[in-house]
Amino acid sequence: MGRYILRRLLQLIPVFIGTTFIIYSLVWAIPGNPFAGMCGPRGCPPAFIEQMTQEYNLDKPLPVQYVLYLGQLFSGNFGQTFNGIEVSTLIQNAYPVTLKLATIALVFEAVIGIAAGILTALRGKGFVDNLVLAATLFLIAVPVFVSGFVIQVVFGVQLEWIQPSVGSDPTIGQLIAPGLVLGSLSMAYIARLTRTAMFENKRADYIRTATAKGLKPRRVVSVHMLRNSLIPVITFIGTDFGALMGGAIVTEGVFNIHGIGGLVFDAIKTQEGVTVTGVVTLLVVVYLLMNLLVDILYAALDPRIRYD
Amino acid sequence: MTNAGEGQQRILAAGAYAEGEIEARQQGESGDELPGTPEPHQPPKQEKQRGLWGDAWLELRRKPLFIIGSVIILLLVAISIFPGFFAPGDPNAQNLTLARQGPSADAPFGYDSIGRDIYTRVIHGARASIVVGVLATLLTVAIGSLVGLFAGYFGGKTDSFLARFAEIFLGLPFVLGAIVILSVFNAGIQGAPGTIRIMLQVILTIGVLAWPISMRIMRSAAIAAKQQDYVNAAKALGASHTRIIFKHVLPNCLAPVMVYATIALGQFVGLEATLSYLGLGLQYPVVSWGMMISDSQQYIISTPHMLLFPAGFLVITVLAFVMLGDAVRDALDPKQR
Amino acid sequence: MRKRRMVAPVAASLSAVLLAAGCGGGGGSAVTEATGTLEDPITVQWGEPQSELVPTNSNDTFGSQVLNPMFTGLVEYDPKSFEPKNAMAKSIELSDDKKTYTVKLKQGWKFHNGEEVTADNFVRAWNYGAYAGNAQQNADMFNAIQGYDAVHPADPDGEEGPKKPPEPSAEKMSGLKVVDDHTFKITLKKPFSVFPTKIGYQAFVPLPDAFFENKEKFRKNPIGNGPYKFESRTPQQSLTLTRYKDYQGDDAGSVDAVKMVVYNKAQTAYQDLKSDNLDVINTIPTSALADNRWKDELGERAISKPRMGITVLNLPMYKEKFKNPDLRKALSLAIDREKIVKQVFNGEATAATGWIAPDFPGGPDKGSCGEWCNYDKAKAKEHLKKAGGFDGQLTLSYNADGAHKQWITAVAGSIRDTLGIKVGLNAVPTFGTYQDQMDNNEMTGPFRYGWVADYPTPRTFLKPLYTTSGSANNTGYSSEKFDNLIAEADQAATVDKANQLYNQAASQLGKDVPSIPLFTNAVKGATSNRLAEGTLNSRTVPAITTFKVAQAGE
Repeated sequence: MGRYILRRLLQLIPVFIGTTFIIYSLVWAIPGNPFAGMCGPRGCPPAFIEQMTQEYNLDKPLPVQYVLYLGQLFSGNFGQTFNGIEVSTLIQNAYPVTLKLATIALVFEAVIGIAAGILTALRGKGFVDNLVLAATLFLIAVPVFVSGFVIQVVFGVQLEWIQPSVGSDPTIGQLIAPGLVLGSLSMAYIARLTRTAMFENKRADYIRTATAKGLKPRRVVSVHMLRNSLIPVITFIGTDFGALMGGAIVTEGVFNIHGIGGLVFDAIKTQEGVTVTGVVTLLVVVYLLMNLLVDILYAALDPRIRYD
Repeated sequence: MTNAGEGQQRILAAGAYAEGEIEARQQGESGDELPGTPEPHQPPKQEKQRGLWGDAWLELRRKPLFIIGSVIILLLVAISIFPGFFAPGDPNAQNLTLARQGPSADAPFGYDSIGRDIYTRVIHGARASIVVGVLATLLTVAIGSLVGLFAGYFGGKTDSFLARFAEIFLGLPFVLGAIVILSVFNAGIQGAPGTIRIMLQVILTIGVLAWPISMRIMRSAAIAAKQQDYVNAAKALGASHTRIIFKHVLPNCLAPVMVYATIALGQFVGLEATLSYLGLGLQYPVVSWGMMISDSQQYIISTPHMLLFPAGFLVITVLAFVMLGDAVRDALDPKQR
Repeated sequence: MRKRRMVAPVAASLSAVLLAAGCGGGGGSAVTEATGTLEDPITVQWGEPQSELVPTNSNDTFGSQVLNPMFTGLVEYDPKSFEPKNAMAKSIELSDDKKTYTVKLKQGWKFHNGEEVTADNFVRAWNYGAYAGNAQQNADMFNAIQGYDAVHPADPDGEEGPKKPPEPSAEKMSGLKVVDDHTFKITLKKPFSVFPTKIGYQAFVPLPDAFFENKEKFRKNPIGNGPYKFESRTPQQSLTLTRYKDYQGDDAGSVDAVKMVVYNKAQTAYQDLKSDNLDVINTIPTSALADNRWKDELGERAISKPRMGITVLNLPMYKEKFKNPDLRKALSLAIDREKIVKQVFNGEATAATGWIAPDFPGGPDKGSCGEWCNYDKAKAKEHLKKAGGFDGQLTLSYNADGAHKQWITAVAGSIRDTLGIKVGLNAVPTFGTYQDQMDNNEMTGPFRYGWVADYPTPRTFLKPLYTTSGSANNTGYSSEKFDNLIAEADQAATVDKANQLYNQAASQLGKDVPSIPLFTNAVKGATSNRLAEGTLNSRTVPAITTFKVAQAGE
């Protein structure tokens, strides 16, 4: 196992380089001049565009630009945005908030989703199952801008339980409501996934064996059934963490959280390659680590799975 | 915790797969509703009878869940093909004086923010939404499952490569990928490209960017499945990799991916709207539910019916697919009979 | 049993955390002794500026929101009326040849770092802004001054041409001369009657010596001479200004500390304002505009005033189809502006009757668009017929990153239903790409264009947009008559005479219809209960110096 983990960590290096290159070239491939829109409807003087183009090496061929960027990165410099802000400052400000938010969302979706899934699977078809199905459909169909808005207005403006928006250095408590909104869609999915997996395993022979052996039902469910049903669920939760970090654009907007979702979104729109590449590369590292964790969990959940 | 019994059953029945499948095709179309058709799951012990698919079909015909689901889907398909029959009006005709008026005898669903009839728009919007939703889901699941299956089954270097490749895609912000892919497609076209072309582009973009999730799910299921005794037994019997993957591993891995597919369907309808909102997807005069929902964003309080009706249709569509998926899966699983 | 046990803790913990969250947050802060000080600053809706905070290199509204209170130029525009008046200038006198201005500065003014503001600070700053090597965004603001062409030579074959513009032959404009510490002379290339009005624009402010000594440091910690000074900034989040106690001007502020907070969504800012978590907003979300809900909810705290700008539909006259004036007129006649203003903007806009903003100081539009801006179905069809009809689909373009979709859909629908032709929309993902397409004459159909006045004279709406060599002429319109009228107005003897001639030039546009005037949005905003006074200027920028904290206990 130790060697497996080491090998996976070593794989980070080529993936890191690959990702930075892909992201960098993608931003580069967005049509249009990134500086043309900076001066409003009046348009920019050619001298301004030319100098900015030189400053960000955009006049050089793509591979040269990329190597220059990578060299800068290895000396610990993430570069500067078009308005002269250090990208490292932005990362420092945005990452902790986003990490907190995504973790809260993840906890919500995992706890509520798995609980609802187990409940429906054990109760079988009937009222509870239909109720969870209805809730699931509701969460799928109601866009985040609506659920976020409703929670904000009801709990923030009318009941005054929470602040309508989140400050610049939010506490865990302030992020509860946004985290719930952010995790809601995945919650629906986890509930259904758990339910299906439990159904599959419910009639498996080993469950029958375990029950026949005289194990307590509680032990059968929690040790045998749940453990075997969780593999696909854990997989999804692992992949979702990164998605929650980078894709929280709407939730961040509704609650005015200054996280990386909005940061990347704005940077893409203004074609700020340096910001996009820096922030997204770190995001990919998170994905890689999460997936590594998930792969290790497989082995823990199912002893038949071995890595060597 | 032994799986020996289950494994043996499967090996014994290995010969029955092909036959059962052919028969099912002759019997009916039920299997085609499923993303990823061949599912000879848990075949019966004795080969004769109708085979798995035949059994499933008989079973399905009696299930109200299946009947309701298919009727809704057929109706939606009919609406998509002949919207004019269900709503003869012009979905883009606007009468500003009627803006935001609620449901009435003249307009059962009311009017939107610039005075267009919501009923007509919902009916005419079905086509784009259903086509994009269903095809994008199929594409995503197809790519993801295939790659995941290979990665999970072969493991080792193949897995490392495919899994890391998928991780890069996962890390790619959807908006960035979409902007680049769609603008590269659209480059060189003066003005706005044609509707069918944009629809295909949107489907392709979603497929290219969203497959890693179903890949990870399929991969995890494949990793678990390949260690099962029946796979080892099939190997011992000299079955080829292709045969093992498609006949033994795939059928046992489909369930979680199918659940993902039904949820993703709803999500992709919304994603189409996000793209058009960003100026990358379908544009006026085309109508879609996603666009209607996203247009309603500013009017949730003052004009809730702008959101209610298109979102309602979306719920019904997803519900129909969920029902159908559940019914088919149950019918195919002999343990649940 | 088991099942219930699974659910109960989840539900309990959920409600517990929600309640816990409630204890931490909740309600807005009331007015106390500390309100308006650094401890509890007045907060203002803001967005991350696109450019560095250097006056000659910034021209987005978020940049202005910070730079306006930080710098005071020779002339300032009144935040309420947009009228120009002398600020740092004691006097601006014009010579007999109508080309040279002698500027006398008020004495005793200091930058925030204690440096005295002298004539040299103005001349150096303007030269810095104009010099091509410094590549400043606002460089062409200085182009009326003698010697500009030497420091910023024009590109011989246009922006897209292969040739690079020649190197500047001088670093300083010959038209600027320091006479003594508090006097300098500005010589223009040719007479330009509204120049003293124009220099109220943000680019014409002085810069301290500290800027020229260390620009990197200045970018992080800008130093101005205005009523407010820079305190701190967290990029993408907030920026705080504090009152400059030694400010000499008569537009000193009364609030001690003002914090600009970045909001990405107008809706959220609005909710925060209602809960007194935010004190000033300068956008009202469409959701609150519907049925005028915002006015009911905010009452007297709602701000609505005319905006010094206009939205038009530009026509690509470089495309054969749009060279036909009858087609352009038909399109203009087919847009029901009144109804769109009423239904889409809830009356918070004015239907355009010409190319200059209504209520514009120094010459509001006198209906330069004439009959073409009145919706008339029969006449529209008649002109379309005269133009020979329209084949294929008319595609309207707009940039998807602004809030334009709603109204442009209504415009498209109006044209479609009136003329009975196929109409489609083309959303361009970003403004950058959109600007690029405009610059390169790549538009295939009418395209949305918004323009905000830089300075209070009608010239700002005409010269850059419609003269043949205009810096923002995106339509390809070229009329000798119009160019001559503008040139004549520029050289008029008095400002009044000039404004009159500018209006005459606008009427010339009414004959050619190079673009379709649509409407002017109102400046909309609001203040919280914590402010007794406060307004936005005519360019929708919150005017910090007008803020007054409400009495404690109110």
